[in-house]
Order: sequence, then structure tokens, then C-alpha cells
Amino acid sequence: MHNKTLAELSAGIKSGEFSSEELTLSYIQRIQKLDGQLNSFITVTEKLALQQARAADKRIAAGQADALTGVPLAHKDIFCTDGVRTSCGSKMLDNFIAPYDASVVSRFKQAGMVTLGKTNMDEFAMGSSNETSFYGAVKNPWDLDTVPGGSSGGSAAAVAARLVPAATGTDTGGSIRQPAALTGITGLKPTYGRVSRYGMIAFASSLDQAGPMTRTAEDAALMLNVMAGFDERDSTSMDRAVPDYTAELNQDLKGLKIGLPKEYFGEGLDAGVAKAVEAAIEEYKKLGAEVVEISLPNTGLSVPTYYVVAPAECSSNLSRFDGVRFGYRCEDPKDLEDLYKRSRGEGFGDEVKRRILVGAYALSAGYYDAYYLKAQKLRRLISDDFTKAFEQVDVIMGPTSPSVAFKRGERSDDPVSMYLSDIFTIAANLAGLPGMSVPAGFAGKLPVGLQIIGNYFEESRLLNVAHQYQQVTDWHTRAPEEFK
Amino acid sequence: MSLDKADVVKIAHLARIAIDEEMIPEYTNNLSGILELVEQMNAVDTDAVAPMAHPLDMVQRLREDQVSEENQRDKFQEISPKVENGLFLVPQVIE
Repeated sequence: MHNKTLAELSAGIKSGEFSSEELTLSYIQRIQKLDGQLNSFITVTEKLALQQARAADKRIAAGQADALTGVPLAHKDIFCTDGVRTSCGSKMLDNFIAPYDASVVSRFKQAGMVTLGKTNMDEFAMGSSNETSFYGAVKNPWDLDTVPGGSSGGSAAAVAARLVPAATGTDTGGSIRQPAALTGITGLKPTYGRVSRYGMIAFASSLDQAGPMTRTAEDAALMLNVMAGFDERDSTSMDRAVPDYTAELNQDLKGLKIGLPKEYFGEGLDAGVAKAVEAAIEEYKKLGAEVVEISLPNTGLSVPTYYVVAPAECSSNLSRFDGVRFGYRCEDPKDLEDLYKRSRGEGFGDEVKRRILVGAYALSAGYYDAYYLKAQKLRRLISDDFTKAFEQVDVIMGPTSPSVAFKRGERSDDPVSMYLSDIFTIAANLAGLPGMSVPAGFAGKLPVGLQIIGNYFEESRLLNVAHQYQQVTDWHTRAPEEFK
Repeated sequence: MSLDKADVVKIAHLARIAIDEEMIPEYTNNLSGILELVEQMNAVDTDAVAPMAHPLDMVQRLREDQVSEENQRDKFQEISPKVENGLFLVPQVIE
């Protein structure tokens, strides 16, 4: 059962092959049996899941099922879930029982999907290896000594190990795509504004975007059909019609113009990753696509720009964690300032504190123009690169990550080397464009991800391009040996 | 740009974050390393470029000034570290 896709599970429930309750129970048992090796979950909500499953079975029996009713999923622990701890991977929120549901969570509830639990993540989504979580590192099911990527590392590891058929993630600088690549699954970051940010704990508000993490592009389309749409409670939500993302999956790719940015294939790219990505592009040629070399000249500036914009916004967003109304409070504060300082000093981990400090510095008197304003100007140049590229091509392809999964501990002492692992994913966030990572083979025994970036609101095309590749390759069906 | 310990102490105060004395050298190193990375931005002349605050050109949506949320004070106070009679408690501020 656990090797079935969302589409197959949904068909199985509807045909009566198994009930939602049976399916949910089998996943809970699998999580209990196997997650000790991975640490991909922070909270497993088994009682709630079984209640939701029984309700879904009734709804199906009454003939009121939607496409995914009764199918289980897990949420990254950044999404508020009413009555369930929402920790964001932090000691700061270890005791935080969310008093409401994020819009993404309520949409899945309305669709009748079953929540198995909350997945592990880098603290406040700040990290590329899932090593900064207060609840401990997540392990990559393909090699337990390596990282699953981050920050949505728990969601990625759980989907890759077949502990859940699908999960939600969030992507501020690559946090859906990079872990998807490192664990051999499919991940989609939609256009900024496509999915509501309401109830998603904010890191960098002009960059954060939620999206699906699944095994196949078809499943990602089914998930996005539920997630996408206008929400008046998110002031940057786009009021724009939502297409059926499965409608264009089967279009052929004849004449598709693929841009290959020369900056994505240069120095710093592992040979094994380059080889797998080049082989994937050969497959696209066989499918009738044309390949054009393009240039995104400001690619190298995306990491420095991001590490001003994201910390600046994070220092502002995380000022709400002050030990007063919710979250962690230090013992015996001697005055209000001591309460703020020690609650924050003790409640946040090192990486979160570093980023808050960088942001506070960049926004402080006398430095704003040199850092934040400068970064916003570069953001324009990075975005303009893509605008020009999309005059020539339909999609852009390249590696998702410059390397395969690296060993735990290898980069955790050196923030800058960790930051550079997001070099190919960050630009799409700065520009607000949709991007995907699709399994495209292996380097050694570890998976490689192919990144596909599209123009604004062209998620349907991305999913079509990914799905067609998955019709002629089987990388997305491979499972790690011990989790088959 | 390289920071010194006094800079880090000042920024930590601005951000209201207590940092242990013995951790300050490590923070000083790491933050200086990050700022060095960030300074690669200066390689490009941006005098004529308009800053981009947001990925999509959009205007702030307005709505009627109507009450849209119900009062859930009790529910929100259940998760607070310290409350009394419907108030959030903090150490005494005024002597």
C-alpha cells in the first residue's frame, strides 16, 4: 500500500479496495516502526488521524468525496494546526499549541485529507540540512549518515521513505526543492502569492511560499489543486483563477524551449550531478524539446542578496517571540528587558540568532542603504535576468543543488558554506517565480534533482514538463533499500 | 566588513537577545564571515536601479472597516506563559 501514489490511493479508497481508516492505520504503523531511524516527525497525531479517517470513510460512503478525501498526508511543523503543537522546530515554540489552523491546513481538512502529524524541520525554516532543529537532525533514508536537506527535511525524508504519500513544505530560498533533490522526490515551490501564507509561521515574508512534496508530478498537481487559491487573510495572496493543475499533464513537449543557464553548469557543480542533469536534458530532447543556452548573469549575486533580504525580514518577523503572550519564557526575569533578552537568547538556537543579528545589523541606523536597499536593487537585477530569459524560452533547467546529500556535521560549523548549497534555488525566490525539483538519477547511491523554473503562474506547465519526463523515466519510483 | 566584539554586543542588544559572554567571539567570527559574503553585492553599480521590495507588482488591498474576527481571548490566553484576570503578566515595569 505504501508504494502507491496519491492518485492510486485515492482510486483504491473510492473503489473500496481499502478504507481510509485501514490506510491511515497502516501508515501510522509504518511511522512507528521506521521513523526511529529517520526522526522525520516531531509530532504524530494518530488519534486525530484515525478520527479524520473515519469521518472521511463516512463522507465517501455518502457519495460526497473530493479527489483526495481519505488520503493521508503530513504537514511541515511550520503550519499552525488547531489544538496540535506547532513548534517550527524551535525550543521557543515547544509548548505552543496553535489556537487556529493555517489556511493550507484548513483547505486540506475541507478536502477530507487525513493529517498523520507534523514533520521535522530546520528551526524556523533556517537551514539547508535539517541539523538546526531543536528536535534533532533528520536523517536521509538513502544514507543515514547524510542530511536530507532543509529546511523541509522531515517532509522530504518521510515522503522518500514512504512514511507518508505526500507532505507540505515551505520554500524561502530552496527549502522545498533542495530537500526534494537530496531525497529523490518531487517538490514544487509555486509562484509567490499562489498559496496562502496565513498561519504559516513567517520567516521572510517577501520570499516564503508553501508547496507540495510528493513522489510524482501528478501527485503534486493534485496537492496544488487543494492548496492554491486566493485568501483574504493573506495580504499578498493573488486573487487570480486557479486552473485544474492536472489538466495539462498529458500534453506533449514537442517544440518546448528549454533554457540552460551557463551559470548553472560551471565551477562548483559536482561531476556526478552534472552528468545526471545532462542525461535528463537528453531525455527532453528525445521528447521533442529544443535546448537553448541562456545567461542569467547575476546568478552569483543571489546568495549575498538573499542573506541580506531574508535575515532583515526574519529579524522583524521574529521580534514577536518575546516571552510575553506565548512561547518560551525564561525563569525568574528580573525586569522586562531581562525577560525579552533571556527568553529569546535561551529560546532560539544559534543559526536563528545569527540571522536575527545579521538582519538587525543590516536594518540598523546608518547601514540600511548599504545593505537592505542595495540588496533590493540587486533583487531587481536578478529578477530582470529571468524576465529576459523568458522572452526566449518556456522553462529553465539546471541542477537543483550543486551536490548530492552531504554528511551530517560536514557544513554545520561554517554558515557560509551551508548558505552556498542554495545557490541554484535562491534566485527563484527573489524573483517570485515557480520552481520544481524532479528526481533525475543518482550520483553514486544518492539521488540527484533536476530543477525546472517557469514563468509567473505557469505551475501547470512545470507540472506538465515534469510529468512527461516521469512517463519515460523511473527515477521517481525508486525507493531507498531499507524503506521499500 | 569585519565586526568586533563591541559591535556584536550592540547588535545583540538591539535585537534583545542575550548572548553568553564566552559565545561572543564565535558570533563575531560567524557574523563577520556572513557580512564578507554579503559584501560581494558591492561589485555591481546599482545607482540607476529601482529597488524591488516585492516579487509581484501589486497594490495593498483594502477592505471595509468591519469586525471580521471573533473574540477568542480565553483561547489565546491558555497558551500564555503567565496570565491573571485576563491580563498577560510581565515583571513590574513602573517603580
